[in-house]
Amino acid sequence: MLHSVRPILVQLVLVLFLAVPAMAEVRLPEPQESRAQALFAELRCVVCQNQSIGGSDADVARDLREIVREQIVAGQSNSEIRTFLVERYGEYILLKPVFAWHTALLWGAPFLLLIAGAGLLFARGRRTADASATALTADEEVRIAGLLKDED
Amino acid sequence: MIVELGHMALVLALALALLQSVLPFWGAAASDDRLMATGDVGSVGILFFIAVSFFCLMWAYATSDFSVVNVWENSHSKMPFLYKLTGTWGNHEGSMLLWVLILAIFAAAVGVFGGSLPAKLRANVHGVQGLMLMTFLMFILLTSNPFVRQAAVPEGQDLNPILQDIGLAIHPPMLYLGYVGFSITFAFAIAALIEGRLDAAWARWVRPWALGAWLFLTAGIAMGSYWAYYELGWGGWWFWDPVENASFLPWLSGTALLHSALVMEKRDALKIWTVLLAILTFSLSLLGTFLVRSGVLTSVHTFASDPTRGLFVLLILCFFVGGALALFIFRSSSLQAGGMFAPVSREGALVLNNLLLSTAAAVILLGTLYPLVYEALTDQKLSVGAPFFNMTFAPLMIPLVLALPFGPLLAWKRGDILAVGQRLLFALGAAIITTILVLGFTAKGQWLAPLCIGIAVWLMVGSFAELFQRAGFRKVAMPVFFARMRGLPRTVWSTAFAHFGVGVMMLGIVSVTAYETETVASLKPGETVQAGGFEVKHMGYTSRTGPNFDENSARLEIREGGNLVASMEPSKRFYPARQMPTSEAAIETFGFSQLYVALGEGTPEGATTFRIWWKPLVTLIWFGPVLMVLAGALSLTDRRLRVGVPKRARPKADEKAYAA
Repeated sequence: MLHSVRPILVQLVLVLFLAVPAMAEVRLPEPQESRAQALFAELRCVVCQNQSIGGSDADVARDLREIVREQIVAGQSNSEIRTFLVERYGEYILLKPVFAWHTALLWGAPFLLLIAGAGLLFARGRRTADASATALTADEEVRIAGLLKDED
Repeated sequence: MIVELGHMALVLALALALLQSVLPFWGAAASDDRLMATGDVGSVGILFFIAVSFFCLMWAYATSDFSVVNVWENSHSKMPFLYKLTGTWGNHEGSMLLWVLILAIFAAAVGVFGGSLPAKLRANVHGVQGLMLMTFLMFILLTSNPFVRQAAVPEGQDLNPILQDIGLAIHPPMLYLGYVGFSITFAFAIAALIEGRLDAAWARWVRPWALGAWLFLTAGIAMGSYWAYYELGWGGWWFWDPVENASFLPWLSGTALLHSALVMEKRDALKIWTVLLAILTFSLSLLGTFLVRSGVLTSVHTFASDPTRGLFVLLILCFFVGGALALFIFRSSSLQAGGMFAPVSREGALVLNNLLLSTAAAVILLGTLYPLVYEALTDQKLSVGAPFFNMTFAPLMIPLVLALPFGPLLAWKRGDILAVGQRLLFALGAAIITTILVLGFTAKGQWLAPLCIGIAVWLMVGSFAELFQRAGFRKVAMPVFFARMRGLPRTVWSTAFAHFGVGVMMLGIVSVTAYETETVASLKPGETVQAGGFEVKHMGYTSRTGPNFDENSARLEIREGGNLVASMEPSKRFYPARQMPTSEAAIETFGFSQLYVALGEGTPEGATTFRIWWKPLVTLIWFGPVLMVLAGALSLTDRRLRVGVPKRARPKADEKAYAA
């Protein structure tokens, strides 16, 4: 379950982590930092392989974290921040896809599949119930045979 | 010379596989015993040649023969010997060779151990396995030949540093044993459809194979999860990465298959569905192979992306999945529907299990493929990531977990849910008490995590209800109770422990997700920080040179209430051959919980950023699956499963006399 962790350029930068230090990130005071962290988990580090910006060491991820924090400080709401980022980077940045027509199938699938599955089972159940009214099962036949034999 | 031998053995295996994909089918169709018997010999022969080929490649890796392109690209003369060996499958070509080796092992297992199977069924199974071996051997020889030579080069390009780990020795073989193990159930399903014969006995033959494959797949996935956890350096254990999903999909449908095969074996019901699941499970394995091997997805698992390979695997996928489903549609109507049951019954509970597991699998499949299809149709990119999967998967699993303890207690055909509910009152009580206790310790307004922990306890306690009930708890004297407990069939024990394992895993997941703490601190040598209830002191830096890497680490002392409890040394490594750094997190286990420290960046003043996580009960996430695997293995040793595979008894003397 390993991912490619970082793109090569970023790796080269990281190689020198002790020699060429980067600016340490400044955290926000609570509860703003928690809000920022929650948002980080929903945003894709666009150059990484399926990593959120919360878990990535890549430069892009750091820049994005910076942007999110700035926006929070500027008093933007979560959805305003999302809209802002989508305008800049496209929908690709949202790890949690928006709910819209082009994602309706995706978001609707769990409900549709469950309902369809349950419906199928229900229909099948009724069919077998009808059948059971007329026919004996093999077990019943065996039992009847047994009972008749006992009487003999 | 040895490399050429390996190449030739692979070609010979292909030649045998060509015969294997024709002769047994022909024999079964013509009812010719001698033609059918070729399948057994053929399967062992193919295994022999593929094994020779595989060990020849391993030999090239062991001796660092850089005149072989594959070895040169993925190995290094200074690498530790174990990684040289495991490097054999740490690349596309070698891992495909491992894939067919395991396919051949399973095919030969049918040849060697399948003596009790009806001849026609066995021949058809060999034919299907032969077809698969043939196509994948062609794939290797035509697009991914590991034996290609080049002019000798003094030094190799090294193995991807992330793969230079004991994990590579265990994770891929385990996972492949699982993935490919389901090829047997697939072959059984196809053989049954060809013959048009499908009965409870079929389910008895299939179930041990499905269980075996499931064991390895469970172990492989759990192992991979722990590997990612300690190797990637930020303490995540499941990422809903498309490649992870590719292994999780067959696991979900394989789990459904195990349970529906149970219904089919005991009650002769759900036949058509079981066959469909057997087909789908292996189809999902193939789909996973396609996604990983084709370069459609990129990750560490994708060693090389090459469009020809992708197209080839796609063709194989279409041939087997399409062919199997077509056969299923044409033949399944001829199969007799089996026993009937009321909605509230053991069968009904297992149907619910199947409904939820297959819905979950379908949702994950859709989420994994949606971005690919969307991009192909609209040329725009879209992400479907962890938040989507968590939001859809968890609500499907909660009802499954809630209903689970009921299942084994319900009677076949028609169950009494109230009576079962009464037997589970104890588990309900335990769950409620736990929830209240946890609520008391957590901040106000956070009720979801305590509730989920309560549900996990419900499952853990409820799993043992069947054992207690069947041993006559409180109905018989204690010594009798314990004697009965010991006498219960192993499958009952294994059911209890496997379900208990699910609860254990859930407890770990909820606990880490809700109560994990993260501390980020920039420390100079000599400085201290409070993290997760510990004092963490930076003691200074160390650097050293490994066989094929350079390492910088920071020494930490961990104190609890002034007492030294651990020393930790998180580090960063740099592998010059690939110009690649890795982060080696330091992990210290306290009970079931872990302290996890990863190195971040340095600052100009000589300080380093540390990310320190306290992960409460995190190891339960992997202990749960370990329990499931042990329980499954226990079940495989059950006499009933073995006796269930009908073996022709030697006729007794009086029977002989009677026959005469």
